Amino acid sequence: MLEGTTAEIRERKALRINPAKTCQPIGAMYAALGINKCMPHSHGSQGCCAYHRSQLTRHHKDPVVATTSSFTEGASVFGGMANLKTALSNIFNIYEPDIVAVHTTCLSEVIGDDIPMIIKKSAEDGIIPEGKVVIHTNTPSFAGSHVTGFSNQCAAFVKYLAESSGETKNVLNIFPGWVEPADMREMKRLAEMVGVEYIMAPDTSDVLDSPHDGKYHMYPDGGTTVAQLKAMGDSFLTLALGPLASTAAATELEKKCKVPNKVLELPIGVKATDEFVNALRLAGDTAVPADLEKERGRLVDMISDMSQYLHNLKIAIFGDPDHLTSMVSFLVEMGAKPMIVITGTPGKKWEAKMKEICSETNPEAEILAFSDIHYMHQWIKNNPVDLIMGNTYGKYVARTEKLPYVRFGFPILDRVGHRAFPSVGYTGGMRILEKITDALFDQRDREDPDHEVELVL
Amino acid sequence: MSDAINKAPMGPHGPDAATAREEMLKIYPKKTQRKRGKQMLVNEDPATPAEIGANSRTVPGIITQRGCSYAGCKGVVIGPIYDILHITHGPIGCGWYSWLSRRNITKIRAEGETNYLQYSMSTDMQEDHIVFGGEKQLATAIQEAYDEFHPKAISVYATCPVGLIGDDIHTVCRTMKEKLGINIFGFSCEGYKGVSQSAGHHIANNGVFKHMIGLDDTPVEAKYKINILGEYNIGGDAWEIDRVLQLCGIHIIGTLSGGVSYGEICNCHMADLNVVMCHRSINYMAEMMEEKFGIPWFKVNFIGIEGTKKSLRKIAQYFGDKELIDRVEEVIAAEMAEVKPVLDDIRTRTFGKTAALFVGGSRAHHYQDLFEDMDMQVIAAGYEFAHRDDYEGRDVLPHIKIDADSRNIEELEVTADETRFDAAKPEKKKALEESGFTFSDYEGMMRQMAKDTLVIDDISHHEMEKLIEMYHPDVIGSGIKDKYVIEKMGVPCKQLHSYDYGGPYAGFKGAVNFFKDIDRMTSTKVWKLARAPWHTDGSEPAEKEATPASA
Ligand code: SF4
Ligand code: SF4
Repeated sequence: MLEGTTAEIRERKALRINPAKTCQPIGAMYAALGINKCMPHSHGSQGCCAYHRSQLTRHHKDPVVATTSSFTEGASVFGGMANLKTALSNIFNIYEPDIVAVHTTCLSEVIGDDIPMIIKKSAEDGIIPEGKVVIHTNTPSFAGSHVTGFSNQCAAFVKYLAESSGETKNVLNIFPGWVEPADMREMKRLAEMVGVEYIMAPDTSDVLDSPHDGKYHMYPDGGTTVAQLKAMGDSFLTLALGPLASTAAATELEKKCKVPNKVLELPIGVKATDEFVNALRLAGDTAVPADLEKERGRLVDMISDMSQYLHNLKIAIFGDPDHLTSMVSFLVEMGAKPMIVITGTPGKKWEAKMKEICSETNPEAEILAFSDIHYMHQWIKNNPVDLIMGNTYGKYVARTEKLPYVRFGFPILDRVGHRAFPSVGYTGGMRILEKITDALFDQRDREDPDHEVELVL
Repeated sequence: MSDAINKAPMGPHGPDAATAREEMLKIYPKKTQRKRGKQMLVNEDPATPAEIGANSRTVPGIITQRGCSYAGCKGVVIGPIYDILHITHGPIGCGWYSWLSRRNITKIRAEGETNYLQYSMSTDMQEDHIVFGGEKQLATAIQEAYDEFHPKAISVYATCPVGLIGDDIHTVCRTMKEKLGINIFGFSCEGYKGVSQSAGHHIANNGVFKHMIGLDDTPVEAKYKINILGEYNIGGDAWEIDRVLQLCGIHIIGTLSGGVSYGEICNCHMADLNVVMCHRSINYMAEMMEEKFGIPWFKVNFIGIEGTKKSLRKIAQYFGDKELIDRVEEVIAAEMAEVKPVLDDIRTRTFGKTAALFVGGSRAHHYQDLFEDMDMQVIAAGYEFAHRDDYEGRDVLPHIKIDADSRNIEELEVTADETRFDAAKPEKKKALEESGFTFSDYEGMMRQMAKDTLVIDDISHHEMEKLIEMYHPDVIGSGIKDKYVIEKMGVPCKQLHSYDYGGPYAGFKGAVNFFKDIDRMTSTKVWKLARAPWHTDGSEPAEKEATPASA
């Protein structure tokens, strides 16, 4: 496995090997799927759309529909206006969405198609039926990463749709960031427990983890409605979870509709969940219910029970910036030592923030944005760790180095748990803790010499 | 197929094919309707198939299965060659999506080698490369890849933006080839070329032919030497074919391009014969090798028991040695002793069940053989990216109009190799042809399908949904993008690109795997769980919508 990977690290300026990121449009597609009766549309050649749909399907194991402008060479030379207009006409006639969310691809970006102009023309030509909307976002993959694409799409929801009626409602906006449907459901449960009225956008729960009822629903019974997106302009506050994924939308909403915002880290682990719950409490002017307090207590209890195995546990981890910030903070809370933290997404500021987080247990931690899994692997060969965490692609490194592996982040192509169980909130923290200790103990049970096998751990 | 089944071409449920076709087309706007109409046929006269509008553009906005030329070139044809280092020149996405997502499995041949399929390498183009050009970035990436891995060869793939900004990848490759002294070549397989993956296959064939075929003239010591073209070793198919052929005493030099090494491809022109599995993706190579080296080719199909037997016998006949012909019969008999009891048992459950297949450029046809083996009935089928000849047979080739999308894919001028063209081969071919043996043949999918079944090219999401509503087939063969759409409706879907992470399905052992999988899928009770008891115990008013036919 990974035979060509050696411990000798060479500087690389141009070659990306085993990336820890992908391109913007898939993020835009994921966000658009979290809008009720929305058709994500990929403006470019059909290959990108096919790739994004395939990978999202493999991750969620649920239908992922999206349309494409199906560029051929002609469109690449003359521009994609005709293709987009034909596409919109077909989409509204055949698939009858309430809203179409167009995102660009590298190709249409390089061509420089003016999407707002094409949308305007389509409206003038009667292609967009009364009461239906078409929005767009630019998602060039030669900048940022899939998370940037998600962020851009969220900002576009606001840009196109949020309205203020002049009246401020007692409703809280939540931008959940790029998390799983199960995570969004958990965030909503927490908000409900604390007693806050909210609008969450996007919301992929019940869309990408839709129940099996023997029928296919192109637009499942989930997702933020267009009416809710509009109403976000009247809310009294926005909580933006995950700075990279959600700040742009929150800022846009403040600019457009004067809704103030608070940017928080994703609620993974004790402290980050505390902050989210506290923000909900303050926003709703309510109290944290005893049941939720108990959930918190159970997580803390589990951490203390397992502390002997977690203390100074050396961990290599890769993923997306927002996920890593919270996950690594959680690892530090447990007393573990993040040794190397890698993301493919560019971000100097993020590096500095991570350095600070890690310094509590490991001031020497290696932190790199705009890096890749291959580098992490080489680094591990020089600096041994006890456990690796990351998306499915990391399993090859773990297997090569014979190390326990915990899956987290995007994509997870070879396990089912992420679909059903949250990683956010106190219960999510317990699940993460279970996964880490299971991985460690499974390895011990399998590989320890007979006389060292323990019944009780 | 037994007569009992043939009587209802579209299975026991639903309307006749013509009505179904109308029903599917009804919703489309006029222009789309006209276009889709040409790609949807009722197979009225299988012996003389009607003209199908295949290999034409997908209508924008229609939810399609199709991917791009890059996917066909890097993802399908070249990508599986394990000891070439593959670099995608472009922004990060294209290279990331094609990273291990296709199951063309492989084994390294010797200690010290690297299987590059586990790696995704790309130039990860950033904004300044788009603005100022990415050639320098590519040259540096090639250098870095060389320093890091020391591969035998490096292959470079252009993605959409690269073509548009005008990077000359071929010059960069040539310069780096001279500098580093290893084989380095590029493919202009930008995703906007052609109308589907198919354009990428052609571009890949050209590149393999120009840059690899014929590089190594080392003689191969074996009595019967062949290449398998168009076999990508999904789930280990190529290994099963290899196992069977080895039992017969037939040696495979190269399988293009599943589980294959760079060296095997460079040496594969030493073969006596090319046999073609996936006609769509590799017929170009078969033709070019014949023109240059005189190696004849014919179509085989190792998917399905009957297909496998027929293919083995034809290869033996080609060589014409009694010893080989007998050996093949012995192998078939020995293998069948294991297959038959399983099949006989499974057939009692699968008899008369229905299937529909929408996938790829050959699998929608090949897999019909396996369903026939199981006495199942294929009511509808179509390819994702095939051409007219894959539907109607190669005899239509002279009548296919070359449109703008095909014209921009290079057709290589190939002539006979002055020293290496083996004149004995065409002579042998001629003699065999006179005795009724067929070469360079492919009769296409429609001739094999039953009369009055449905043929749908580049099926759209809407058409698939309608098809299921109307017929509720017992199983559908398709791909990942459709899988869960189909299964939400209570119909099992076998992914025929990835085999749902199982396989092999080729040859004899593969067929048994397939029979077992389909038996499991068409007998599963899992869909019944969809309805809770309080909906079915009569305590509440019955729902309007019908429950799935098989539930
Ligand atoms: S990187 Fe660009 S061209 Fe490649 S898949 Fe992503 S959007 Fe498409
Ligand atoms: S950018 Fe082009 S080459 Fe890349 S996936 Fe999209 S269509 Fe294919």
